[in-house]
Amino acid sequence: MDSALIRIEHLHKTYHMGDNHVHALRGISLEIPRGSFVSIMGASGSGKSTLMNIVGCLDKPSSGKYYLDNVDVGALNRDELAEIRNRKVGFVFQQFNLLARTSALENVELPLLYSDNDKSKFKERAMHALTAVGLAERYDHHPSQLSGGQQQRVAIARSLINDPQLILADEPTGALDSKTSVEIMGIFQKLNREKGISIVVVTHEPDIAHYSNRIIQFKDGHIIVDEAVKNSRNAERELAEWQDEVEEKEPVA
Amino acid sequence: MNKVFQSMRIAFRALRVNKLRSALTMLGIIIGVGAVIAMVSVGSGATNRIHQQIASIGSNVIIIQPGSQNFGGVRSGNGNSQTLTEDDARAVGEECPDVMFSTPIQQSQQQIVYGSNNWGTRIYGVSPDYLTIRDIRIEEGEPFTVDDVKSTNKVALLGKTVADNLFAGEDPIGKTIRIRKVPFTVVGTLVSKGQNSSGQDQDDLIVMPITTAKKKVMGGGRANSWQQIGQIMVQARDGRNNNAMDEIEGLLRQRHRLQATEDNDFQVRSLEEMAAAQEQATQIMGLLLASIASVSLIVGGIGIMNIMLVSVTERTKEIGLRQAVGAKTNDILSQFLVEAVSLSLLGGCLGIAMGVLASFGISYFAGWNTLVSLPSILAAFFFSALVGVFFGFYPARKAALLDPIEALRYE
Repeated sequence: MDSALIRIEHLHKTYHMGDNHVHALRGISLEIPRGSFVSIMGASGSGKSTLMNIVGCLDKPSSGKYYLDNVDVGALNRDELAEIRNRKVGFVFQQFNLLARTSALENVELPLLYSDNDKSKFKERAMHALTAVGLAERYDHHPSQLSGGQQQRVAIARSLINDPQLILADEPTGALDSKTSVEIMGIFQKLNREKGISIVVVTHEPDIAHYSNRIIQFKDGHIIVDEAVKNSRNAERELAEWQDEVEEKEPVA
Repeated sequence: MNKVFQSMRIAFRALRVNKLRSALTMLGIIIGVGAVIAMVSVGSGATNRIHQQIASIGSNVIIIQPGSQNFGGVRSGNGNSQTLTEDDARAVGEECPDVMFSTPIQQSQQQIVYGSNNWGTRIYGVSPDYLTIRDIRIEEGEPFTVDDVKSTNKVALLGKTVADNLFAGEDPIGKTIRIRKVPFTVVGTLVSKGQNSSGQDQDDLIVMPITTAKKKVMGGGRANSWQQIGQIMVQARDGRNNNAMDEIEGLLRQRHRLQATEDNDFQVRSLEEMAAAQEQATQIMGLLLASIASVSLIVGGIGIMNIMLVSVTERTKEIGLRQAVGAKTNDILSQFLVEAVSLSLLGGCLGIAMGVLASFGISYFAGWNTLVSLPSILAAFFFSALVGVFFGFYPARKAALLDPIEALRYE
């Protein structure tokens, strides 16, 4: 099990729109070892979303190979893809994508409905995931009663519930203010560090990308930069400093 | 099994979100199922009434009436001539192997007097077998006998209505009533048969020996001296109705000395066959009503399909999310199918309640006979489930086959 979690070889993806052929990815090769924290950057249309869809097993390559945990994803059918998403991949979206009129707890339970798990454990496991993102006491709140940051934490808890090997976050901080963004990145860092879950974040904010350990940049369907991050930012430490600043300022105010 | 409950829970939550919309969609099914139940109940009520009618006539009853007669090319209408005799009645009873009982019948409307009371009613001059054929029982007293017929005894059996009106609580047995100033002894009263299907009182009659009726009541004119009678009523053996009719026809043609080229001067009709024909007509009417009503059930189903399509479009993003977290094709399919079936089944149950109420309403206000049967309720229940599956399948399939990427991107 020392092979890479994600192994991509000469990956092409071409969309056919009438007579037009759009080459979204033009021969990508890439390996992401287990336990990585990777940022993917690039302008819109650069192919990064296409790659994310393929890595997340929502889409299949036109040619080339993609192995997730040694499984050739290109050979799977629709339901097999659904199963692999359910068991191995957690998704976090920019717009949170929580079900309205449904409590935080039930939102977190959602992926369990589609796996053959023991129903009596649902609640316990969902509470456990909510605790991991620090939102246990809000379990019965509906999304409309939660702030953006809290909603994103519920979404992260949902992505965690089936103990995935990989969490894919598509612009997870795009709809959040800076402090909340740091908090969310802090949660990702903690999950990466403590649980060894691989995390891939798509972002176009370099600040956010610097919380990861590796940045991959896309342009026109090619990888143009793939480098390790020196001196990664530490969200926890920054938050603590933030807290100190506020406390220092308080007597003045 | 867990999965089914899961789907039902999700479905009911989704339906609760749009209460008004769900209610309006169900209304189509409610009206459809209600209409089918009500119409079927009207149909089976009518059929049931005909069954009762057959029962009140008596079983395997055949009626022979005088037919048309030909006087040198002038043909009279049925029943106007007097071609049947008491001897014909006796011969039919004795010589036709498939006839069990036979009685002549001569009727007339008369005024009856007892003390200071009087009452107009119908007199039936018959032989004792009449009571057997019509399945009329004696309440009190005794029936008259063959000897009474032979001796032209002045005895009478009173229907309940006649007894009530003349005697008002007094015991009529052994009392003397007068018909056209002729005294009759009441030997018995008849068990009440109530109203027949056309609302006629079957207890408003007096039954007496045919001989007495003709000679003492109806006045011995020329016709009576020829022993002519109004009709003959016959009971055939079980299942031998048609044979009996053929035998009667053959015997009477022979007795009336009809040539092969001549028409029958009598008419043989089986009441049961007439009733069966009527029953068939009623069943066809019931079927017609039910099929018109089931059109509204189909319209209700189309309403469900419409709303489910809207719902799938509205919830595209939710479907995308469910697919992303691992919902398979069948998970999404069953979720929307269960939702559609829940709508139609709930509507079906309410529709059954409405249909039952409606059929009670119809029998109460319009006075029609209605009959709500368990099979029709079960059929309606399963049919509404079927409507849900049929009309819910296309939208559910559409949802299940959405591309997860497109669905997630949908705004």
